[in-house]
Order: sequence, then structure tokens, then C-alpha cells
Amino acid sequence: MLNEETVIRNRAEGGKTSATQLRIALRNCGVIDPEDIEDAIGQGAYAALAKVLADGDPEGTIRTIMDSGLRGRGGGGFPTGLKWQLSARPQADQKYVVCNADEGDPGAFMDRSILEGDPHTVLEAMAICGYCIGATKGLIYIRAEYPLAIERLHIAIRQARDYGFLGEDLFGSGFAFDIEMRYGAGAFVCGEETALIHSMEGLRGEPTLKPPFPSESGYLGKPTNVNNVETFASVPPIILKGAAWFASIGTEKSKGTKVFALAGKINKVGLIEVPMGTTLREVIYEIGGGLQHGKAFKAVQTGGPSGGCLTTAHLDTPIDYDNLIAAGSMMGSGGMIVMDEDDCMVSVAKFFLDFTVEESCGKCTPCRIGNKRLYELLEKITRGQGTREDLDHLYNLSLVIKDTSLCGLGQSSPNPVLSTLHNFRDEYLAHVDEHKCPAGVCRELIRYEIVPENCVGCTACARNCPVNAISGERKQIHFIDQAICIKCGACLEKCKFDAVIIN
Amino acid sequence: MNTINLTIDKKPVSVPAGTTVLEAARSLGIQIPTLCYLGLHDLNIENKPAGCRICVVEVEGRRNLAPACATDCAEGMVVSTHNIRVLNARRTVMELILSDHPFECLTCAKNGTCDLQSMAQELGIREIHYQGEKSTYRKDTSPSIIRDVDKCILCRRCEMMCNDFQTVGALSGVNRGFQAVVAPAFEMNLEYSSCTYCGQCVAVCPTAALTEVDHTGKVLRALADPGKTVIVQTAPAVRAALGEAFGMEPGTLVTGKMVSALRELGFDHVFDTDFAADLTIMEEGTELLGRLTRFLEGDKQVRLPILTSCCPAWVNFFETYFADMKDIPSTARSPQQMFGSIAKTWFAERIGVNREDLVVVSIMPCLAKKYECQREEFSVDGNPDVDYALTTRELANLIKQANLDLKQLPDSDFDQPMGESTGAAVIFGTTGGVIEAAVRTAYEIHTGKSLNRVDFKELRGLENIRSATVDFNGFPLRIGIAHGLGNARKLLEEIREGKSEYHAIEIMACPGGCIGGGGQPLHHGDSSILKARQKAIYTEDELKVIRKSHENPAIQELYASFLGQPLSEKAHHLLHTHYFEKKKRKVSIG
Repeated sequence: MLNEETVIRNRAEGGKTSATQLRIALRNCGVIDPEDIEDAIGQGAYAALAKVLADGDPEGTIRTIMDSGLRGRGGGGFPTGLKWQLSARPQADQKYVVCNADEGDPGAFMDRSILEGDPHTVLEAMAICGYCIGATKGLIYIRAEYPLAIERLHIAIRQARDYGFLGEDLFGSGFAFDIEMRYGAGAFVCGEETALIHSMEGLRGEPTLKPPFPSESGYLGKPTNVNNVETFASVPPIILKGAAWFASIGTEKSKGTKVFALAGKINKVGLIEVPMGTTLREVIYEIGGGLQHGKAFKAVQTGGPSGGCLTTAHLDTPIDYDNLIAAGSMMGSGGMIVMDEDDCMVSVAKFFLDFTVEESCGKCTPCRIGNKRLYELLEKITRGQGTREDLDHLYNLSLVIKDTSLCGLGQSSPNPVLSTLHNFRDEYLAHVDEHKCPAGVCRELIRYEIVPENCVGCTACARNCPVNAISGERKQIHFIDQAICIKCGACLEKCKFDAVIIN
Repeated sequence: MNTINLTIDKKPVSVPAGTTVLEAARSLGIQIPTLCYLGLHDLNIENKPAGCRICVVEVEGRRNLAPACATDCAEGMVVSTHNIRVLNARRTVMELILSDHPFECLTCAKNGTCDLQSMAQELGIREIHYQGEKSTYRKDTSPSIIRDVDKCILCRRCEMMCNDFQTVGALSGVNRGFQAVVAPAFEMNLEYSSCTYCGQCVAVCPTAALTEVDHTGKVLRALADPGKTVIVQTAPAVRAALGEAFGMEPGTLVTGKMVSALRELGFDHVFDTDFAADLTIMEEGTELLGRLTRFLEGDKQVRLPILTSCCPAWVNFFETYFADMKDIPSTARSPQQMFGSIAKTWFAERIGVNREDLVVVSIMPCLAKKYECQREEFSVDGNPDVDYALTTRELANLIKQANLDLKQLPDSDFDQPMGESTGAAVIFGTTGGVIEAAVRTAYEIHTGKSLNRVDFKELRGLENIRSATVDFNGFPLRIGIAHGLGNARKLLEEIREGKSEYHAIEIMACPGGCIGGGGQPLHHGDSSILKARQKAIYTEDELKVIRKSHENPAIQELYASFLGQPLSEKAHHLLHTHYFEKKKRKVSIG
């Protein structure tokens, strides 16, 4: 059962204030044997389903979810209880519960961890949702690149059927519910619920305009409730411990906890789960152990590839849906990438744009062509060929793409550009006006040079240069021919005397 | 129905629930520009993927701009269709589309009739601020249709026509993002896909991404060759639409002017496909009566309903999807092919010209006709019965190239004998026309009585599927009519399931029949144009002195001097065909 034992405390080095991890969605991960349903039952699995069926009050259960304040963990932040209520409303001969397990943010693996570590909680929550909205069929849309999660889900579904937790007449209530799997080919856009539904229908994975919302017309035109894995994983504890308990955690408008995937130039990378309202500083410095090699913090990118880059000014912002949006970023599915002084923010924006250009479905003009043009403008700037006018184009195009794109992918893809333009304008100006990359990342804008005072003539750089750009006799000062240098950085790496510098 | 009250550009408007912002704005006279949107509401055809984002408008209280074509009006909505935010977005989106478009306008097939071109003009685009890589794709040429995907703006109209309306399923979105294209499955060439060459994709394409294979050059060369006798036939639907290409009102009949133009262009004989349409009725009508008689005599083996076979896209469709039922359609060749067959035998002999020196050109509202005339079974020793099929659009271009002003040309008559036709033949050009023509003849032959009224109004209209019962001397002949292959599919599936109640069915692949063919002047989404053309066709029928095919004196003479009887051995050889299963097609990728 969920209790205080599952609360894990991380002490920051130096033992000052302690940021607290609180595991709700991840509560059983690493605790149970995910292939053994009895282990899961031992931790309380299916008790919430039993309670809901025994209560026989679907409307009451929906009210509990609403009162808990749970919001969609896939990124949108739509109130889960409200979504269930909207799906419960229409009359239909068939409704569907869909679990969105198409986790696509690079570096994010919270859904995979839940499915691999605690598959039963998702099955249980889907059955609860089915009971509440009047659906007898559940579908898990999962990317085929998650073979272990798929295998464990198959085992869990089989075991749940054997134990009567899925199938006909669950717990003698007369309620029938079963779950099938659907596999995605790993298109990022299929995380968007309408695209996901089309993909399940065997159509091209493209979003369509909402309304109609899936709650009215979803899979095969039937009312369909789509929730993300992490959202489902939060449901059973809410049922068992009550809405008030869940609502007591977090901020005014964002309740409960959120799982983040910490990555980048940070000492401790991996998944963390913290109450909403924890500050970025607490996450980065206390739980994440600060930046690697004692470098200075520069930015943190939240919300996956289409989130924004936040700065030191935002470090004390309590993390919740609304604060992140106000700061020019978003919650997304919980990616968090930390950057230090060595990162070039123009390159960072270009990196994320590269991803959205690759993952756009191509249906609407602004996303298909606009993002491509944004990327090309950024590339021009990182090559030192950008102009001030290009910065204006970058800004206008970003705004128009956000304003006119069909789905969430295009509506958020310019965020990395807009946030870096806003927060790191001086870096853009350095690229454009001085043709320099302050962080020393953009290859076309840097020179590797040898500092005569430090060079001892060891020849290590010359021997390792793949294009023989370095000349100099043994024990003589060496010299890099800029006309030949390809800026690979091998000399810098090999020099033990700090004689090679980037200018 | 509920009424919704909203404000568009400060003007209050009340509309029924379910009305889109675009429709509501139009009702106020506010024109919101559109590009991917297409609505032919009389035919239940609508394309609104909300993909191009040209029609975006500002809705108060909404975070982002809304596509007017796909956004329903809501109570109290406040909409701005042309404010600065909207204009900037619209122009930027247009610049983006143009930044990925080849600038070949001067040599482009659609120069002057391109929706993208007019939209760029309308939005006043003079400079494209966003430049970069352009997406490129191989050109794909089939017997009828050319795909030049570089010019595609992904409006998806072709996909909607091909999949939703025609249920052919030859085209769909392939690849992602900047590489996304509309293509056949596995990016195979159109020729190897399930494409029927109906050309409806071409008819709705806003740019020149889909165009017909242009044969005007080949026709010009034949005309210029002093050793060739070049004759031309014109399909009935052409005369009801050609005028549009010269700025005339839709529905203007230009039969006489068209004949003058063709004569001016140097065709040695200007004939009418209508002659062959009358011939088709003689053969197909007799075949219908034959099957009907056997049926009434209790023959259980007889295949009913009989299906018309004039439409080549329809033939391709059933050869692909209903090959198991290929003994049901009439074996009668289409009028185009009957004409070619008779021209290169009977007529060639009459004028003493060798088959090889006679070039038969047809002017068709259709793209599938280009493929049809290339079918092996319609040639003798490699010499095709019909050499080239031009579309109405190609003819219009040819006339313009020759500096002829169609409007100013005098009316003149078709040449004889293959220019003689009846009102029954003219109505082949519209949905319901073939079966009406067949009924006029079959009724009189079957009953031995003369028809008092020849207008079977119950067979007319634009509804997708129509049915009527005609009293054949006490026998109720049940007739079904479908236009659009998706509608045809429904009737075909009924037959396959043994549930069909019809004795005869007419099918045309294109919306409205040939008047809405893939080779006609572009309708740009205006279905009133199709209605006007249909009206013109029926007017031409009424103006004809003879309105029943079997009363055509030239046809009577053809049978007396050459063919003998309908369905004679000679008629079978020259005027009938057989069908093939098209399932096993060679697949070529790349």
C-alpha cells in the first residue's frame, strides 16, 4: 500500500534544505515484480477498481477525480475529471478508453518506466475510467520501440484476465472491460490524441481539427477518452486515499506530483517525481546535484522539444502548468534538460527545431514549411551569415506558426526560438553583428588557436590533426593554418598544456 | 434547428447551428480567401482538412487563429476576418507556400487558371521573405495523368475525390513533414496503382501538380502532315462547356462555333461522337432487350441488371474492384471507340483512304478516354481505332493558339455521314442520359408502340443515386443511376450480395456525368456550373428534330449497307469488347 515509506528523501550535498521526492505515479516502480500480479496486489493493485465497482457510483468517482485536481500529464494539462465527464455524457452503443503510451519526447521515459515497472496500475485505471464513462473496451497505443513495456503489458493483461480483473463481470459487478494493444511506429505527432486515434484506425497519423473532440467522436467515430500513462497511474491512489489527499499536494491550480526526466549538464540524471510547486532550483541543485564540473548554470529547457528555455531568473519559479506557460515554456510530458555556460542558445534552438521539422506530419502549411524555414534561418545565423533582418523574420515567423498551426505540435514548436530570442538575445546579436559564438559552439564562427606562451612543442596536436593543419618542429611553438583547419577540436582535446584555445 | 447568433467583422448574423464561420461570412458577403477548401454541396462533396491555413480568422477569446472553413459558429462568437493579425498571418502562410513552389508560371499548364496564382495576386504578395530549400519529387507520367508533385501544396482535394467520393483509393498522404507528398501506396507510379484515370483529382487540383497528358502537339503534327487525313469527333459534353474557356457564361451551347473552329484548325472531316452514341444505343439497347426477353422467358442464367459501359473510368473501376462481375456490364464499346472502329473501316473505305493514313482525333471531357484509346483491344495491327483523345481544355488551348476567337466564329454543321445524330445521343453527356436514351429506343422496339413523350424526367437530376421504374407494356423496368464511383460501388455491392432490384443501371464515374468530367474547364468548386452544363445538354436534346437513336437515318444506313443487324457478327467484331481483371498489376517503386 501507498504510505510514507514510499516517500523518498533526497538530501542535497551540504545537507541544507531538502527537496522532497514524492512517488505517486512511480510508487511501485522498482518495488514490485512487474511480471507477478500477486506482487502488485500485495501493493494494493486493483483495490481501487474493487472500491469503485463496490461503490457503484460512476458519477461520484468522476467527481473524486475532478476534486483531486488531477490534470493531464501528457502535457496539455486538461483536467482529467472534466475529460471523463465529457466522455461519460454522450449516449453511444460503444465507447473506448485509450491509453496514450506514445511517449515521443527525446530523453523522456517516464511512461516507459511506469509500463515496465507497474503495468497493472495502468490497466486498473483504464478499467476505472471505463466504468465511469460507460466504456467496455480499452486500447493501449504504444510505440513499437518499447518491446519490454509491450511484453510486460501483455503479461499483465493475461494475468489480470486470469484473476478476473479484466474480462466479463469484474468483481461480480456485471461490468465488463477488456484491453487490447495497438502499436505505433514512433511518430511524435501520434502523441496528439486525434492523430493517435487516426493511427489506431489504420489511417495516416495526422491530427484533425477539434472540435469534434474525441469525447464526442473518437476511435471509429465513438466517444473516446484518451489519457496519458502517467495520468492513469495517478488515478488508483486518488481513489484509495481520496481527492483531498491528492489536492493537498501541489499548488493552487496544479495538484499532485509530476515525474520529470532530468538530463543534460547535471550531476544526477534520470527520473524524479516531485510535488507540483517544487522550484526549478530545488530540482536542479538539490535533487539533481547541481551542474557537472562546477560549471555555471545557463538555462533549463522544460516541456520536451517544443518547450522553452528558462534562465537563472526563473530558477525560483515553482513548477506548475501555469507558471511554466507564463514563463514562456510548458510542462509538456516532463522533459528537463539543463544547459551550462558551454551551450550556445542559438544552436540549442536549432537542435530542437531539427526535431520538430523531422516530426511534423506535413498536413498544415505553417508547421510543414514554416518550421523548415525557421530551421534554415537558425542555420544561417549559426554560420555567421545572419542579419538583423533575419532576427525579425525569425520572430514574425515564430509568432505566425504558433498562431496558425493545426495541432499542438506546430503551435508549440517555435517555443525554443521565441524563448531564446527573448532570454538570450545578446547571443543572437553576437552571432549576427560580430559573427561570433560566445559559447564557442558554432563551428563556422570559431578559430582554434595556439597560445605561444603555453606551447611546449610536444607535437601531440600536430600528430592528431586529421588534416595536417598544424605545423611546427619538436620543442618549437606550433601553428594552426586556419585555411586547412576543419575545427574538429582534436588538438584541443590532446593538448595537455592548455595551449590550444577557442577564439 | 437551433439558431446561432454571432458577429463577423462587427456585423451581427444569425445562422443555423452547424454553419461554419466561412459559410456565415459568405452569407454576409464577406469573402474569406480559401485554398484547400472545396465544396460542391449539390453533390455531397466537401474538402476541409484545415491544412492550408489561408482562411484563418480571429475569434475573440481564442488563443490562436481559427480556420474559417472548419470552425463551426458558436453563440456569441466575435469574429474578425481581415484584421492586421489575420492579414499578417495569411500573407506569411502564403509566402511559406510560395517559398516551396517552383516558379515556372510562364510555362506552367495552369498559368492563368491556377488557384495559387490568383490567391498570391489577391493577397498582394510581391516579395517572399522566407526562402530556402524546395521539396522535390520525381515526375510521374501515366497514360492519362501527369503528377508533378513539386507543384503540390498538399490541399488534399485530390485525395478526398479519389478516396471519399470515388472510393478508388489511389492517392494518399505519404512521408512526413517537409517531405510529405500525396502519392499512390508505396510511392508506386500512378499507372500501377488502382487509378481509374477518372481525372477528378485533376479537376480539383488548384495548381498544376496533377494535369492531363497533353496530346495537342501530336495532333498539330498530324494536321500538318499532308499525307494524313485527319478527322475529329466531339463528345456531347464538350459543347456545353467549351465556351467557358472563352469567357462565355456556363451553360452556353457552342456546338456550331466549335465545329467552325475545328474546321479552321484543319480537320478534314468534323464529325460527332453523338453519331456513335446513337450506334451505342442500338447495340446496348438490343443487348438489354435480349437479356430482358430471356429473363421474361424464365432463363435463370441471364445476368441482370445490365450495366452501361460507355464510361472508361467506370470500366477501369470494375475491372479493378469488381472483376468477379465482369460479365454483367454491356459488352458494347464506348461511343468514342465505336466511332473509331467505324471510321477506320466503313468510312475509310468510303473515302478510299488507308487505315494507316487516317488519323482519328476525339475531343472528350474526359481523361480516361486517353487511356481507353490506348487499350490494345481497340487497335488493329498496332494501329489504334482512335489515335488521340484531347480534353475540352486542350481543345480550348488549341483554338487560342490558332488565334481563333470562338465567340466570333459563325455556326456551322457537322460533316456527313458521321455527324448525324439525335437528341438521345446528346444527353449521353449528363448523368441519367445514357439510360434515358436507351429507354427511348428499347421501349419502342419492345412494345412496338411509339412514345408519346420522350422526356423521362424521373431519370434526371444530380442526386448521387437515383432510381425509377418505367412501364414496359405492363412490365415494370427498374432502372438505377449512379454518378461518382463511390455511389457506383454501393450499387455494385448490392448486386454482388444478390440484393439488387434493378434491371438496368447507368454508371458514370464523374460528378454529374461527362459534364463534370476530368477534362472539362475547371469548375473551381462551383457546382452551379455543372447544373448549367446539364441544362444546356437537355436544351440541345429538345432542339433536335429526331430524338430517338433508332430513327437516326445515318445509323439506319450504316446497318443497311455495312453492319446488318445490331449484334450481328460484324457488329460484335467492331462494336463490342471484353473486360479484363486488373488485380495483378506489376508494382514498380521508384
